[in-house]
Formats: sequence, structure tokens, C-alpha cells
Amino acid sequence: MSGAAAAREAARPAANGAPLVRVRDLTVRFVSRDATVCAVNGVDLDLAAGEVLCILGESGSGKSVSLRALMRLLPRTARVGGSVEVAGQDVLAMDERRLADFRGGVVSMIFQEPMTALDPVFTIGRQIAETVRRHEGVSRAAAEARALELLELVQIPSARRRLSAYPHELSGGLRQRAMIAVALACRPRLLLADEPTTALDATVQIQILLLLRRLQEELGMGVIFVTHDLGVAGEIADRVAVMYAGRVVEEGPVGALLAAPLHPYARGLLGATVHAGLRGARLTTIPGAPPSLERLPEGCAFAPRCAEAEPACLAAVPAPRRPAPGRMARCVRVGDAAPAAAAGAPRAV
Amino acid sequence: MSETPTDHRPGPGNGPARPLLLVRDLVKHFPIRGGLLGRPVGTVRAVDGVSFAVRAGETLGIVGESGCGKSTTARLLMRLLEPDGGGMAFDGAPVGASGGGMALKEYRRQVQMVFQDSYASLNPRLPIEDTIAFAPRVHGVPAREAGERAHALLAAVGLDPAQFARRYPHELSGGQRQRVNIARALALNPRLVLLDEPVSALDKSVEAQVLNLLADLKERFGLTYVFISHDLNVVQWISDRVLVMYLGKVVEEGPVEAIYERPAHPYTRALLASRPAMDPARRRTEPPLTGDPPNPVNPPSGCRFRTRCPFAEPVCAERAPAAADLGGGHAAACHMALPGSGHSRAGRLAA
Ligand SMILES: Nc1ncnc2c1ncn2[C@@H]1O[C@H](COP(=O)(O)OP(=O)(O)O)[C@@H](O)[C@H]1O
Ligand SMILES: Nc1ncnc2c1ncn2[C@@H]1O[C@H](COP(=O)(O)OP(=O)(O)O)[C@@H](O)[C@H]1O
Ligand code: SF4
Ligand code: SF4
Ligand SMILES: [Mg+2]
Ligand SMILES: [Mg+2]
Repeated sequence: MSGAAAAREAARPAANGAPLVRVRDLTVRFVSRDATVCAVNGVDLDLAAGEVLCILGESGSGKSVSLRALMRLLPRTARVGGSVEVAGQDVLAMDERRLADFRGGVVSMIFQEPMTALDPVFTIGRQIAETVRRHEGVSRAAAEARALELLELVQIPSARRRLSAYPHELSGGLRQRAMIAVALACRPRLLLADEPTTALDATVQIQILLLLRRLQEELGMGVIFVTHDLGVAGEIADRVAVMYAGRVVEEGPVGALLAAPLHPYARGLLGATVHAGLRGARLTTIPGAPPSLERLPEGCAFAPRCAEAEPACLAAVPAPRRPAPGRMARCVRVGDAAPAAAAGAPRAV
Repeated sequence: MSETPTDHRPGPGNGPARPLLLVRDLVKHFPIRGGLLGRPVGTVRAVDGVSFAVRAGETLGIVGESGCGKSTTARLLMRLLEPDGGGMAFDGAPVGASGGGMALKEYRRQVQMVFQDSYASLNPRLPIEDTIAFAPRVHGVPAREAGERAHALLAAVGLDPAQFARRYPHELSGGQRQRVNIARALALNPRLVLLDEPVSALDKSVEAQVLNLLADLKERFGLTYVFISHDLNVVQWISDRVLVMYLGKVVEEGPVEAIYERPAHPYTRALLASRPAMDPARRRTEPPLTGDPPNPVNPPSGCRFRTRCPFAEPVCAERAPAAADLGGGHAAACHMALPGSGHSRAGRLAA
């Protein structure tokens, strides 16, 4: 059995109920001689098979670092703590060989800049075929047939002709599709997407978002999609996790969270996002700037900017509160649901 | 007439204000060189016959996909590029024309620009107060007065001079640097400020701060803005009138309400429909447009949008549509909006 097939086989039990991704107390620090950057500070994430989770946050909040930790794509200077399980496998304990099978076979990643993932000196067809052969050891002809199938799957027009195109010969939107085809070459169960539509025009962005959603449904993949754009989350997410200073400060189903965020930071972000119908009105802003990750404040990291801060906020990092089923916020002002009301209406904010 | 900006604000009841800037048939083509000898092998028709007016005191928004010629237009307006054709008049006087026109030096004092890249126009080796004071010094303002002006402008853009004046660009966040760029642009008391994607590189919470600031400064200094962005929501928020560009041409123009509530050009409609919904209950299943914008090296004949337009008919390939007047300053360059154009839906859109 090939490496990727074995990796998938090992991943099988997770399909029966256990989550596809289970991250607990993930921490990532970058230690150098002059400073320690606390990029990720205790992140818990769960993802069911076939579910789309958006990680939403502003730059520097730890989205990319968290995503890369799931695939062990961090530089050697990173000190990673906590536990990361993907498809039942302990990712942080893998040796290099298992990691190579795991990447591409179980999980793969797409990026904002497609040239991060594409090799400029090989044709698109060759890159996909090589990936398939490396992981699955199939014949050249089978791998090439698969490459064509994949370009058709990602809706690249004139797919057969495009197999022999070099990345630089494709337009921005087609390059993004080609990168997705490479990522899907070995039928991963988990796709990690790091702002793959951020550099695209709105007309192309919506095409790629619709494509990803369709592929995710057809292939039954789990997807973790990083974005700074609430609108993108609204188009693609089942659930949203809002990050601030390396922590998930709020999590919930996309509709409920976007309609009425619980955490003051999430509310500030929604208020600051310019959307239709705000014309003439003054935009709400969040005063100040995020804290330095070299010197995180004690307690709630949002406290220096929060209009609702009180002494309790500074005592300790606020524990997760769950005011309604599926919703969580790390804020002392958010009450836990009373046990009897747990299944009832969400708390008004 | 004195040269203080406030004298040029359109007064109430003065009738329709004369345009502050008038642009006629502006053209800019870039040669593409190839081969060993670097001979021209093609032409990028980046801006291909663009006309519009900017009224004193308004904000004119320019939207369109990347590559449609927005930045080239801004650089032409700023005269950082020489146009290959067409011309401009500022406050009634032809710009750069020999004899009777407005000298470029004077024009460049009255028109300033802010770029997307907040590092681009800041000297990394100068403290920011010196960068802001630089242009006034060049224009003969005494050092002390230029320094005072720099401090006043830092305060005006929300940066406490006591704390920030001596800082270098790399010691500032992206949002703070963009505030410095805005202060620098205002240092010569310009009347027109060209803003090319000024908030596109900023985080949402910072973007909101800078947008509020731009609105305040416009009010306070009686400025006129040309605001370029690919973000339709931001353009809607800030603009009085909007220009939609596609492949080097203006396809639609009008008051912001008309463009956003009654878009007439199929491209404008598709752009607006491409905005994420922010509401998962309203997700769509089909994209409003397929494919990327075509290459401006070889634009389609006739209407340049026809290769992506769901309503394209033979007439659209044969003739470029003229701008149809839809009333109230709203115009769209589409055969469907032009009665008698030969398009089967012609005239149905007319207001
Ligand atoms: N290799 C690295 N070395 C040091 N610091 C890093 C490294 N990678 C990321 N960081 C820091 O970690 C923090 C989180 O980064 P990142 O996850 O990329 O943020 P984002 O939410 O924008 O994706 C940032 O402060 C960033 O500067
Ligand atoms: N200096 C240049 N030389 C050659 N082509 C250029 C140059 N500047 C811009 N272009 C081309 O002109 C077209 C319009 O570019 P630009 O005005 O930057 O568009 P936008 O700002 O709308 O994205 C693009 O195809 C771009 O590649
Ligand atoms: S815990 Fe306190 S400081 Fe933090 S968000 Fe809630 S109210 Fe604000
Ligand atoms: S002129 Fe023809 S192709 Fe162009 S937008 Fe109108 S209908 Fe479409
Ligand atoms: Mg990132
Ligand atoms: Mg541009």
C-alpha cells in the first residue's frame, strides 16, 4: 500500500463520529535572542468531517501560524505546545516520513499567492501528475488522466490544453484554480486555506469561493479557511472562530455570529466593516491597536481597547463562556447559559 | 482671485459649480517590448479615451477590477505620466499647455496624491515631521513655519506631534504611516487630493479610522477627492459620484445612489452582485461573472465587456457603445441603454 493510502487508512476510524480535527491548548512561540513572540496562546479547535470553519481575525492575530501548526509547516524557531490531532493522528508526534505521507495525503493547503505552491519551471499537468505518483505510486498514464480530471474538477476551461501550460501563462483566477487542483491531487480529507481569495477581484473571488464550497461538498472535505474578511466568512463558513492576539475569543455558527457577535472585539470588527447602507454615517472604530505579542497583558488581551472593561477582566484570561448551544466567547461580560436554558434562546446582548 | 482653498468652495446658490478638474479623451498606451532587441511587440491600452469631470467639493469614486486602468488614470491626473492623447483643465485653465495654461509646477502644488503602499512616498531616513515639511520647504516656506505646519498637520491626522514627530516610518504601524502620507499630501494646501487605494492595505478596524479621518479633513479643509478603490462598499460610503471602469474605458458614471440602486451597465451590475453577502441565508449558487478580465493588450472589438456579458449580441462586437444619458448625470456605455442601437433590448433601460 502506498504511503498516502496508508495514511488515509490510518485516518479511517475518525470517520465514525470522532472529529476530523481536534486541537487543544495550542501554543506557538517564536524564540530568538532578543525576543519571544507569543503568536498563538492556547487555541482549541474542533472540526467535523465535511465542515467548513473560518478563522477570522486581523493581521498578526495568529491565523496563519495556527493553520501552519496543523500541518507542521512552521520554521525551526517555533516552539509548539498543546495537542493537534487530525483524522485521529497525533500530528505533533509524527516523524518526517509519516509527515510526508500526511501532507497531501490527509491534509493539504492553499495560499493567497498561488506561486507559493506552484513550481514555475514545470507545467501544471506535470506538477499534478508528479504529486499523484509520489503519493500513490500509480502509473504515469493514470497520473496524467488524474491531472486532467482535476483540472476539469476545478473548472479550468480547455483543461486538456492547460495541462501543458506553465503557471505564469495563466491568469490570476486560473492560477488559483490550478493551485487548488494540485492541493486536491491526493483527495485530502482536510483542506487548509490561508486567505486564498484575498488578492483576487470581487468578481473572481466569488467564483473561487463558490468552487471551493462545491468541491468541499462533493468531496466531503473538512475545510479550515483563514480570512480577515467577514463577508468571505459569510459566503463560505459553517462556523466561525474569531482570533485576537493568538486566542480564539469567540466561536459560533456563522449566521448567529455575524448577526449578533457576543465578544466586544467581534462586535467592534463588525461595526468597523464598511457595508452597504452606511453611507453618510460615521464608522464605528476600535480605538488603539492590538497588544505586542512580546508582552501580552495579563487577563483579557482586548482590555486596553475595550469600552466595557472592568477589574475582573484583568485578573485572568477570561474562561470560555457558553451562553447558547454552539456559541462560545471568552469575555467576563458574557454569561454562561443556565443549565435549563441551555437549549433555549440565545442570551440577548 | 486669492489662492486659499476656501475661496473655491462652491457656495450655496451659486448654480452648478464649474468643474475643478475636467478630463477629455485621456489616453495612455504602454509599449510591450520583446525579443533580443527590445522592439515594441504590442501595446497595453491601459487608459483608452477617458473623459470625466470632478466638481469642486465632491468625492468622485473610481471602481473597477485590477488592471482596468485606475492607477494609470490617477498617475495621469497627477501628471506623473504624460498622456499620449487628450487633455485636462484645472479650474478652467488647460494644464501644462504652452501659453495661457496652468504651469505644471503650479498644478502639482494644487493636486496631491496618496498611494496604497504607505511606505512608497515616505523617505525611510527622515523623521516624519521632516517628510511632511519637505515640500513646503522646497516651495520656499521658512524652516520654522514649515515645521509648525508639519506639527499642525500631524495633530490634524490624529498623531500627537510630541509623541510622533521624530519617529521614522518603520517605527509606525501601517495605519499610522497612511496618516502621515495624508498629512504630507495636505502640506501644500492642495485643492484636489487623489487617493489611490488608500485603505486597501489596512486592517478593517484601521480602515474605518482612516476613512473617518478622510471625511473630517475634507470638511475641515474644503478638499475635493478622487477616491480609487476596488472595494465597492468603501466607494459607496465615501463618494458623491462614481465612475466605473473596464479595460481602460469608463462604462458607467453617475451619482452614488444611481450607480448602487439603479446600475444600468451589465458590468456594474455584476460587480455589485459579486460583493459577499455578509448573510449566509442569502448565499448564491452561481457567480455573477465567469472568467478573469481579458488582457488590455488585445481588448475585444466593439464593447470591451462583450466576452463576459450575458446580453452580448452581434452589434456589441461591431460597434463600441457610446455613453447613453440616463438623466441626472447618470450615463452608461451599453447598447441596451441606447435607443435605436440595434440591440434587441435597446431602450428598455432608459430612465
Ligand atoms: N517565523 C516567524 N518568526 C517570528 N515571528 C513570527 C513568525 N511567523 C509569524 N510570526 C509572528 O506571529 C504573529 C502571528 O502571525 P500570523 O499567524 O502570520 O498572523 P495572521 O493572523 O496575520 O496570519 C505575528 O506577530 C507574526 O509577526
Ligand atoms: N508602466 C507600465 N508599463 C506597462 N504596462 C503598464 C504600466 N503601468 C500599468 N500597466 C498596465 O496597464 C494596465 C492598467 O494598469 P493600472 O492602471 O495599474 O490598473 P489598476 O490600477 O486599475 O489595477 C495593466 O494591464 C497594467 O499591467
Ligand atoms: S473580558 Fe472584559 S476587557 Fe475583555 S472583552 Fe470582555 S469586557 Fe472587554
Ligand atoms: S454593449 Fe452589448 S456586450 Fe456591452 S455591456 Fe451592453 S449588452 Fe453587453
Ligand atoms: Mg496570515
Ligand atoms: Mg491600481
